[in-house]
Amino acid sequence: AAAAVAAAMLSLDFLDDVRRMNKRQLYYQVLNFGMIVSSALMIWKGLMVVTGSESPIVVVLSGSMEPAFHRGDLLFLTNRIEDPIRVGEIVVFRIEGREIPIVHRVLKIHERQNGDIKFLTKGDNNAVDDRGLYKQGQHWLEKKDVVGRARGFVPYIGIVTILMNDYPKFKYAVLFLLGLFVLVHRE
Amino acid sequence: RKNVEDFTGPRERSDLGFVTFDITADILNGKNGLQTFIFDWNVKQLFLYLSAEYSTKNNALNQVVLWDKIMLRGDNPRLSLKDMKSKYFFFDDGNGLKGNRNITLTLSWNVVPNAGILPLVTGSGHVSVPFPDTYETTKSY
Repeated sequence: AAAAVAAAMLSLDFLDDVRRMNKRQLYYQVLNFGMIVSSALMIWKGLMVVTGSESPIVVVLSGSMEPAFHRGDLLFLTNRIEDPIRVGEIVVFRIEGREIPIVHRVLKIHERQNGDIKFLTKGDNNAVDDRGLYKQGQHWLEKKDVVGRARGFVPYIGIVTILMNDYPKFKYAVLFLLGLFVLVHRE
Repeated sequence: RKNVEDFTGPRERSDLGFVTFDITADILNGKNGLQTFIFDWNVKQLFLYLSAEYSTKNNALNQVVLWDKIMLRGDNPRLSLKDMKSKYFFFDDGNGLKGNRNITLTLSWNVVPNAGILPLVTGSGHVSVPFPDTYETTKSY
């Protein structure tokens, strides 16, 4: 199917533009492309600094926080040290040794005088707290497990990321089309 | 209150508190000194929770959610609940409930918009409850 799409596109007129471009113009377009990628990376890194979170935007992957959040919703996180963890907050955390972050609500906290805190979480849509999800023998979460606190959200938009993850062909198609568009588009 | 083995967590004996409560609340939006209906066009739901906050010898700050409820747009914003039992076990991290005179119960809620910021709001008005100095020997729950 991808080959058929490529063949169809090659026969399109607008690609004549590319053939007419000389080497210098082609290099220019590639540099343009590189600049866009770099800018995107800089914005992402900037967001990481401002929010204090290693992953300032996450996609909700499960239905454990329904009806508030559904699969595909996008969450905006902050993880500033000055913001203490308190019950009721929605935290995104990682369990040691596992890659997938979980989005749940803080149910209990016990904080020491020196600021050390241990807390328990639970998904709104789950009947029980998350102890069953934690590592073997682990009963609490700590600050170091937290990726960030959810401060804002936008529904549905993250579905694209989930689709790209679940259907790699879709991801390649999107990247292919994006790359093609940027290389071909003339300012 | 009872000193019971905390079967949901670390295998040590911790204090387990039993609280029954009534809630009468009118959930309004108290912004700018005006009391407005909180469910505006961008509010999808409220996540309400009753939390107990207290201090113990071991921990300077403890917060435990005793009860929560999801209030959807369209639900009645007036709550009138009587004789509610806590939804979640009120275990302390240790034995700090016995004789603790100052447990503050507060009702708060998380506003979940259709899109946008997720604020946590604390209701005005809170209640202080003391726990007795001795444990219960018979099950009264």
